[in-house]
Amino acid sequence: MTERTETDSSLSASEAFVPAVRAGIWSVVGRELWKAPFSAKFGLLVVVAYVVVAVFAPVLAPFGESEIVGSEYEPWSEDFLLGTDNLGRDMLTRLIYGARNTIGIAFVTTCLAFLIGGFGGILAAILGGWTDQLLSRLVDVLMAIPQLIFALLLLTIVGTSVPALVGIIAVLDSTRVYRLARAVSMNVVVMDFVEASRLRGEGIVWIATREVLPNILPPLAAEFGLRFCFVFLLISALSFLGLGIQPPTADWGSMVRDNATLITYSDITPLLPAAAIALLTVGVNFVVDWFLHKSSGLRDDH
Amino acid sequence: MTTETGTTERGAANGGGDVLLEMRGLRIEGQSDEQWSDIVKGLDLTLRRGEVLGLIGESGAGKSTMGLAAMGYARPGCRISGGSILFDGMDLMTASEDQKRSLRGARIAYVAQSAAASFNPAHKLIEQYAEMPVRHGLKSRTEANADAVELFGRLRLPDPEGIGFRYPHQVSGGQLQRAMTAMAMSCRPDLIIFDEPTTALDVTTQIEVLATIRDIVDQFNTAAIYITHDLAVVAQMADRIMVLRYGELVEEAETRRMLSAPTQDYTKSLWAVRSFQKQAVMAPEEATPLVKVDHVTAAYGDTPVLHDISFEIHRGRTVAVVGESGSGKSTTARVITGLLPPVSGQVLFDGKPLPGDYRQRSKDQLRHAQMIYQMPDTAINPRQRVRDIIGRPLSFYLGLNGREREQRVRGLLEMIELDPDAFIDRFPGELSGGQKQRICIARALAAEPAFIICDEVTSALDQLVAEGILKLLDRIQRELNLAYMFITHDIATVRAVSDEVIVMYQGRIVEQGPKDEMFTPPHHDYTDLLLSSVPEMDPDWLDTLLAERAARKERGESVMASGDQ
Amino acid sequence: MYKIVKMVAQRLALGLVTLFVVSLIIFLGVELLPGDLAQEILGRSATEETVAAFRRDLGLDLPPHTRYIEWLAGIVQGDFGRSLASQREISELIGVRLQNTLFLAALAAIISVPLALFLGVMAALYRNSVYDRAVNVVSLSAVSFPEFFIAYILILYLAVKFPWFPSLANVDPTTPLMERAYRSFLPALTLTLVVVAQMMRMTRAAIINLLASPYIEMANLKGLSRSRVILYHALPNAWAPIINVIVLSLAYLIVGVVVVEVVFIYPGLGQLIVDSVRTRDIPVVQACSLIFAATYILLNLTADVLTILTNPRLLHPK
Repeated sequence: MTERTETDSSLSASEAFVPAVRAGIWSVVGRELWKAPFSAKFGLLVVVAYVVVAVFAPVLAPFGESEIVGSEYEPWSEDFLLGTDNLGRDMLTRLIYGARNTIGIAFVTTCLAFLIGGFGGILAAILGGWTDQLLSRLVDVLMAIPQLIFALLLLTIVGTSVPALVGIIAVLDSTRVYRLARAVSMNVVVMDFVEASRLRGEGIVWIATREVLPNILPPLAAEFGLRFCFVFLLISALSFLGLGIQPPTADWGSMVRDNATLITYSDITPLLPAAAIALLTVGVNFVVDWFLHKSSGLRDDH
Repeated sequence: MTTETGTTERGAANGGGDVLLEMRGLRIEGQSDEQWSDIVKGLDLTLRRGEVLGLIGESGAGKSTMGLAAMGYARPGCRISGGSILFDGMDLMTASEDQKRSLRGARIAYVAQSAAASFNPAHKLIEQYAEMPVRHGLKSRTEANADAVELFGRLRLPDPEGIGFRYPHQVSGGQLQRAMTAMAMSCRPDLIIFDEPTTALDVTTQIEVLATIRDIVDQFNTAAIYITHDLAVVAQMADRIMVLRYGELVEEAETRRMLSAPTQDYTKSLWAVRSFQKQAVMAPEEATPLVKVDHVTAAYGDTPVLHDISFEIHRGRTVAVVGESGSGKSTTARVITGLLPPVSGQVLFDGKPLPGDYRQRSKDQLRHAQMIYQMPDTAINPRQRVRDIIGRPLSFYLGLNGREREQRVRGLLEMIELDPDAFIDRFPGELSGGQKQRICIARALAAEPAFIICDEVTSALDQLVAEGILKLLDRIQRELNLAYMFITHDIATVRAVSDEVIVMYQGRIVEQGPKDEMFTPPHHDYTDLLLSSVPEMDPDWLDTLLAERAARKERGESVMASGDQ
Repeated sequence: MYKIVKMVAQRLALGLVTLFVVSLIIFLGVELLPGDLAQEILGRSATEETVAAFRRDLGLDLPPHTRYIEWLAGIVQGDFGRSLASQREISELIGVRLQNTLFLAALAAIISVPLALFLGVMAALYRNSVYDRAVNVVSLSAVSFPEFFIAYILILYLAVKFPWFPSLANVDPTTPLMERAYRSFLPALTLTLVVVAQMMRMTRAAIINLLASPYIEMANLKGLSRSRVILYHALPNAWAPIINVIVLSLAYLIVGVVVVEVVFIYPGLGQLIVDSVRTRDIPVVQACSLIFAATYILLNLTADVLTILTNPRLLHPK
């Protein structure tokens, strides 16, 4: 009994400095948001606004998605707030639907890329050996071809359609996700708690989902933002080249291309969809930048 | 023989020197998560010319920050927020950056913990040595080079003429640390800050570095601030000791007085750590050992790491495996747990051979051998609650669930002396280092094992906390009749916990036997070197040891050289 | 020295293997297609004979490995086959365009590399200053802009509102150098803007990482001047990260060129590949892809070899 109290007193003396803060998660998030720099707040606002527009597109848009409502290239007016496009469709309507299509397709693609790359990366890290070698070399080779060029090559072969687009870009982009997922998982896999669960006799599924995954979520979340931006820009570029999302689906990249002639008349309308793309990527990048700063506790000045 | 000069003499001789460095009410703040918090909270420090001051404390005590502040330097993310720093009459708080720059290196020099990282990989040692005197306009390039050779010789570096022309990565750790001391001495500064210069070294290497540092500081009558967490080391080096804790001064006294009559409870407890002693356990009666390692040879790829290892562990007893880094002690544990299948030989549990690969072992075989790790921070999943960390082995091995499991988890928490209500819902981030290690112990116990491997379980912990862990392990061993294999490099821990001792060196067992025998001469040469190299609290220990080794050499007896020569 | 030679040789061999595998992927990608390629391209309405003739033309009646070997052998001799759309020699189509593309990329690189290194190093040295923060926000925005957005903004202001530069970059082999540079100015500027932001951010991160090394702190504690710390202690160790930044950016330029060429209707390889994808002119797309991929692999190879050659630990082995 004496020994017990002795230990306890020494415990309380030397181990008193423990942060035992366990505030509710929402109040923590709220506090962090309040403290966030202006750029992060701005970014968050942009992302939320885009999501709202994308979800409520049919409610917000004044006309139907590919409905021809006037003559070609009508200027801005009360009927058509942003004028009409090269086929006489309402520009604002196309912009709103474009949000839904472009963001939606980019989002699905990114999710797919994460499913493939994330799963592969974690598996490679846990199993090591031949599995790791095989997957990693495959990824090396796939990454040896520039992504846009590879996408162009594959699109030539299978033809341009939305499923082909999503599939091709997801596979190509999953190589980047794989690299990251493998690298961060490697850092976790070498930890003693993973060894402990291996020695306990746990299976791969348990180790992957319970031991590794929860510990790599923050970097993966940040990467998701960055990859989304990249995929979004890539799809927009392909659409701009006429090889991505095909008409009559409204899409920002092809809208720029279809109406580009107006620029030579000093009309900024065709820049609007391009600006819409830029604004969203800027917003996401700002949020990710702040998140990375927070979650890694990384200060530049070490 | 400069080593003859004892610490007392030095202290007495220089006790009356003028004040070189004076800090008053020093406050230093560190930034974390956009907020500034105190690291050093109003410390006073006075250092006289030629005096060696030991700064001792656990991690986070603010001792390194203090050391750098003596140079008027704060690491990025830190700032000196208050108080005064006077160096030889110059106020470093108000001095311009140029004034401080002319001081640094020339009059105050710094020796970093990791010489390997602190030497620039792109330049030769002698270039980095000569840089300071040349840049501060004290010596010409040729003079500096000649001086370098001379100092390398004085610091007993092999091949003093040639070693300077090597690059840092071409020189071993202990030699680099001495080269860095030489570099610090290059301008013959008034003060050198030693920031844990031997922490990264093995004990047998450490001793040579300690001896040369002390000599050189002595020869040039340089004042020094010696920062360390190791009491025994500071006892050899310092005239006076300051004990720091959480950025505050606990106690300050002349070395001998501090060791013989500490006044503060905290200081006393630090000194008392090594007094813990396990009760002797009767020699084993049973014929079959619980674990038998039978002529095991193992390799990483083509590199052999273990050569024909054999030993036994009996129920209720503790076998301590000692050795320096690279001796193969942790590899032995990996063979036993099945992480590294042996090339030849086998491991028997309760008389029956275990499959070499853990993946081929049965659940029950896995259950019976549990492991506790060195770093409690990485040994438990930071994303799981205490309930799940301890509960998982219960459901996995014993099929316990729901209320039963909860009861058992609570029972285990009580066993490791943590209040179940307060701790069961916590995440590891809400625990201190010692508490995390207790959770690791509870997780091992949850499997109801017969045998636990403890891999350096106390070396990442502060001494006080470590003692608590050792006592806890000892109590549990007696209650549950467990067998322990205790891997450590710390001889004091071996003395405290072991029944039997195995000494390993370069993948071989050089000596093994009951503790009493092992600590009584005659020893195997390596055991002797290892045991004698472990610093002791006695301030005369280093002098005595060096004198003894010199005498033995004179008599022509073999003295095994430390691996670093 | 032996170790370095060995590592460089290994790296070169690996590059060669990669190039080989990539050529295999580019060629055999066609085999991925379910069903018949000829039928797919010509459409359902094509007659039996047309399809058969088309198959013979493409050599689709031969086994894949034979076709691959012939294709590769041709390329080694500078023969890329014929275009399906125009029936012209592909090497003829590519020749001038490749030069144009390289000219554009080189022009952009000459402006962007020094500029980005300078801006990045400054941001790192004066980190957390107003300059650094401003540069961070601006560059973060710039990397988020699609290339065609930047391109059209430049056209709007520098070609339409203020007609200083041509919005169409029509160059041909007879265009004199200065005229060529003038006409290519807007596309080069677009590429520069895109790449500088990226490159500057990488430079900044690399330098900050370097300055956090213990040997830099040691150099400061030795009382050395700021310039001495940077030039003597940081720079010799900075080559590897800087080389990597440059090469990564150049690789990025190679790809960025595609969109920019289309916007400015610049007669380069990017324009050619996009047109060929539209007409599904597979042999041309394959040839262009191979050239782009080979350049990309070559750049990465250069970076790796230079990194090995500038590593002090490898230059002075134990």
